[in-house]
Amino acid sequence: MTTKIVIGLDGTETGERAIAFAKDLAKLIGTCDLLVAYVIEWSPYTFQTPEENAQRHKRREEEVDLAMSRVVTPAVEALRAAGFEAQGIVRHGDVAETLNAITVENGGSQIVVGRASADGIKKRLFGSSTQYLVMHADVPVTVVN
Amino acid sequence: MRTLKTLGAVMAATIAASPALAQEAPGLDEKINQAFANLTGPFVSFIFAPLPGTSFPWIVMWLVIAATVFTLYFAFVQMRFFSHAISLVKGDYSDPNDAGEVSHFQALATALSGTVGLGNIAGVAVAVGIGGPGATFWMILAGLLGMASKFTECTLGVKYRNEYEDGTVSGGPMYYMSKGFDELGLPGGKILAVLFSIFCILGALGGGNMFQANQAHQQIAGIVGDYPGWITGIVFAGVVFMVIVGGLKSIARVTEKVVPFMGVLYVATALVIIAMNADMIGWAFGQIFAGAFTGLGVAGGMVGALIQGFKRAAFSNEAGVGSAAIAHSAVRTKEPITEGFVSLLEPFIDTVVICTMTALVIIITQQLIIDPETGNYMLNEAGSAIATVDGNSGVSLTSAAFGSAFSWFPYILAIAVILFAFSTMISWSYYGLKAWTYLFGEGHTKELIFKVIFCVFVVIGAAANLGPVIDFSDAAIFAMAVVNVFALYFLMKVVRQELASYSARLKSGEIRKFEH
Repeated sequence: MTTKIVIGLDGTETGERAIAFAKDLAKLIGTCDLLVAYVIEWSPYTFQTPEENAQRHKRREEEVDLAMSRVVTPAVEALRAAGFEAQGIVRHGDVAETLNAITVENGGSQIVVGRASADGIKKRLFGSSTQYLVMHADVPVTVVN
Repeated sequence: MRTLKTLGAVMAATIAASPALAQEAPGLDEKINQAFANLTGPFVSFIFAPLPGTSFPWIVMWLVIAATVFTLYFAFVQMRFFSHAISLVKGDYSDPNDAGEVSHFQALATALSGTVGLGNIAGVAVAVGIGGPGATFWMILAGLLGMASKFTECTLGVKYRNEYEDGTVSGGPMYYMSKGFDELGLPGGKILAVLFSIFCILGALGGGNMFQANQAHQQIAGIVGDYPGWITGIVFAGVVFMVIVGGLKSIARVTEKVVPFMGVLYVATALVIIAMNADMIGWAFGQIFAGAFTGLGVAGGMVGALIQGFKRAAFSNEAGVGSAAIAHSAVRTKEPITEGFVSLLEPFIDTVVICTMTALVIIITQQLIIDPETGNYMLNEAGSAIATVDGNSGVSLTSAAFGSAFSWFPYILAIAVILFAFSTMISWSYYGLKAWTYLFGEGHTKELIFKVIFCVFVVIGAAANLGPVIDFSDAAIFAMAVVNVFALYFLMKVVRQELASYSARLKSGEIRKFEH
């Protein structure tokens, strides 16, 4: 059976380290698929103007395209070029919850993420997405420093 | 033409604002007011014409009958699907793959920020001030019935919206009138759509703009002292201009975020005041019920209370008016009817919860003067409204009521009124714009013309007296309802088909909750 590792990217350099670690892991496992996931932070409970609502679908498509072309596709192509089986996915939502949901849906057995860089006050009040993921994920999580 | 002259005068005054001009400003306000009253008088008289032989305006009857018909036709949908509506807002039925689209919650919150505002604060004070506590009863009843009207129009708004290739959407009564009538093979849909659009533009300029500017000015003047209304108007118009023309979204975004907190703070304070006077709650409800059926001495008696209650409910929650159908049509859903369910929460939150809070605080803090001998309410000198403790009316009555419990609250209320007014203006500028582009087509210059007109009306609204402004606001918004409700009668069978199909699939388990 093929093992699947989900790599959570956030568009920063910590993502590179997560990819490097996942590659090492995949080599050790042998038959291993990699799923590169990028979650666009989004909440269904925000307040918007009517105009923003009317343009939301268009913006969403643009956000997905941008994340795909800037972050996910380059990572997937690099992984494939290095001889790995890799796919990419972009989704909106709460970062930790959505990464976990993507992993469960796709039969992932582990999540690899870089250490998130939330800003000071927010981190103190709510904890970072990484902390939340480590605490609540359904599969083992590796946080790469 | 008179309007143009008035506008010219306003502009001239703005450019040459000097101490001398400022001293003459009350005269300018008076001129604007008179010109405005003359211009809008016939339209207002027609909309509020009483039914022959009675003092009951036909338009109020029109809305109440519509809400009752929809309630019966959809077999009390507002009660049967109330908890389902809450599940939808919570996102229980939202497909995780659609994350990032406009959620039910967002569509509801946006529509609410367009309706929750001065109608809930000033409008209720006007209703209770004229119609007495009994108006509250009729207002709640109208709110409950209005949920069915809102359900009907918002379902149709989503079903018949236009989705453009670039991913943006436009929806609202003008679209379901033209497309829905075509689909059913009925003639005249396009004419109704054009009529609706004209009234929608007037409504946007009236209730969605001038009434807001007017009451915001009254609130500020109440705190800093009296000064000419056009000054507030110019400032407001400037900020609105920056947002809708200048594209300064940050102001709108801040407002959209602060307004819900203000709403919660308002209701929470009202609850605290009611709790502080817990011994009066029974008495207050007694007054509401007694007043509903006897009038307790108010002008017009029971009918007076009923008219005021129904009028204010309709003005506050806009059920049957069609504006919400524009706001709700942006939601991304495969089932148009789900947005109808969500929208029926709107009159509930707006009227049954928030308006009732305002009314209860005014009654409980005893702002309305009761004749100790008869137990009835005393009328003011003109005999047109109930005498109040300090002769307050409109938003200042609400302010005084809250202020009698917490002396600092009028300041919070002033900020709330300004923010509510502003967010309502932003919402209505969008509704008006959608009607404008429906009539004249989309395009930068065409849209700019409307936006500039919108800003000019902010100044007129702030400068005019409350009387003519509130009359015109009500008349324009109710005129939208005349056309909208007429179309809804023809299209309601479409909604019934949707409802039957959805109910069956919900029962069979085909439509089920997603695991989140």
